[in-house]
Amino acid sequence: MSDRRDGTPEAALDAEDAADSADGSAGADADPSPDGGHAAAAPSTHTVRLELVDEPGQLLAALHPIADNGGNLLSIYHERGNKTPRGRIPVEVDFEATPDRFEEIVEALRSEGVNVMQAGTERYAEEVTLLLFGHLIDTDLSDTLSRIEACESASVADVSLAAPQGTEEVSSARLRLEARAGETDAALAAVRDLAAEKELRVVEPLTGVEA
Amino acid sequence: MRLAVIGAGAVGRSVVELASEYGHEIVAVADSSTATVADGSGPDGTRGGANSPAGVDPDAVVARKAERGIVGDDDPEDALAADYDVLVEATPTTLGDAEPGFSHVTRALERDRHAVLANKGPVAERFGDLRAAVDDSDGEIRYEATVGGAIPAVSTVEDIEPGHVTAVRGVLNGTANFILTRMAAEGLDYDHVLAEAQDLGVAEADPSFDVDGTDAALKCVILANVLSFGAADDPADAREFTLDDADVSGIRDVPGSALRLAAEDGRTVRLIGEATGETVRVAPRLVPENGTLAVSGTQNIVQIETSHAGRLNISGRGAGGPETASAVLGDVGRLE
Repeated sequence: MSDRRDGTPEAALDAEDAADSADGSAGADADPSPDGGHAAAAPSTHTVRLELVDEPGQLLAALHPIADNGGNLLSIYHERGNKTPRGRIPVEVDFEATPDRFEEIVEALRSEGVNVMQAGTERYAEEVTLLLFGHLIDTDLSDTLSRIEACESASVADVSLAAPQGTEEVSSARLRLEARAGETDAALAAVRDLAAEKELRVVEPLTGVEA
Repeated sequence: MRLAVIGAGAVGRSVVELASEYGHEIVAVADSSTATVADGSGPDGTRGGANSPAGVDPDAVVARKAERGIVGDDDPEDALAADYDVLVEATPTTLGDAEPGFSHVTRALERDRHAVLANKGPVAERFGDLRAAVDDSDGEIRYEATVGGAIPAVSTVEDIEPGHVTAVRGVLNGTANFILTRMAAEGLDYDHVLAEAQDLGVAEADPSFDVDGTDAALKCVILANVLSFGAADDPADAREFTLDDADVSGIRDVPGSALRLAAEDGRTVRLIGEATGETVRVAPRLVPENGTLAVSGTQNIVQIETSHAGRLNISGRGAGGPETASAVLGDVGRLE
């Protein structure tokens, strides 16, 4: 794959796009379809943000799925001093891959149990956290989650459940969704509809407001 | 300016007490069943203290209200008919036809006098009717005190110009904010914190208006009217908002466990109202725990999104007698 690094203007632009998204401005400034206008099979630079458990070998385990699926590693930024609220270590990895292979890499990472916070500028470009409360368990939480998962705009990245009064009383869940660029509103609307159907309440984030 | 204050609750009384500090004179005060009218303007000409020969004695009014539950021996009708420059409408907010506040204001306008409202009802429920009454009058209306207490929300939006404001959002109900703050800080449930808030006088015996989001929604409806009418070239094209246009959900059923899950993730829940020229929405929302909108206790915050000037934040006391009176008296000053 490294023979693609020929310094053509397209490649330089792609790298810039990826750098933008690494700054946290994914979705807002980045082209939502970075592959548009390029030949479908052209590799481009992608940035994924991963959350690793603070244990030996975790980084290597996370890099294997990238290399094994045809990704060309460009850089790894290991933010060791910076932990997420749950004590994980965020790692940012840049690599080149064709769009197809990029999809495969993300799938492979997830099937290895690696938590992909943000990937590239196309899929999972936006992350959104919300709360659900009500009779979550009586209304079949796993059905709720799989129906959110089935929605094209988003996938469920993380779920935390609190049922302090047992499973028959009101319980709460915090959901982290990964949404496609520009589709956060659609994802929230899908959750809202589902919640209305199951008589659950949603506490939505204020999106687009960096308080 | 000569003021007639209609309504003798916390806000009305504070206006009476503070008016002279702002260079204004109180010529009449009324509550729902009694009134006092200054010498020379009342039918019997008996009122007026020694220190304010032309006006009503503020201390005497406040003392009578506290001791005997009346403001004076006159009829409220006399206060409405008094010779004032500005009528201050500070009666309790009512929904639907917004009476009697609405008629108090239109009667002032019919006499070509100004009106300043602390009562949200007429501005939220009958904005179009109010504007029509203003169009037929030499008097004007102002209503800064209806949104965010001491916070200059309406005048700031007017200064920026509504056409250049894309949205206004914020925490606009101190009672709901106090409850959410305490629930998050102490890990307590809603019922426990509500009882505490009632003991402290932060929540009313019937807290529905605050915790169901109605109060915040009325304020957002008023802001939506300001944005909609202010941005329209022709007011006839502007969309009028009432409470029925607002999408409202309150905090009554938010469980403590939801706040704990939010806190684990560096977030918290606030009852956020949002108004644009097209929508009004009030709902509990997730916000960053240490973010600008996560004001504590009974504090309010108004966040204004502008086209050319980024975002403005104004926080402060959203309720209280002297706080709201300061907004009323600021409005009176703008009418001079």
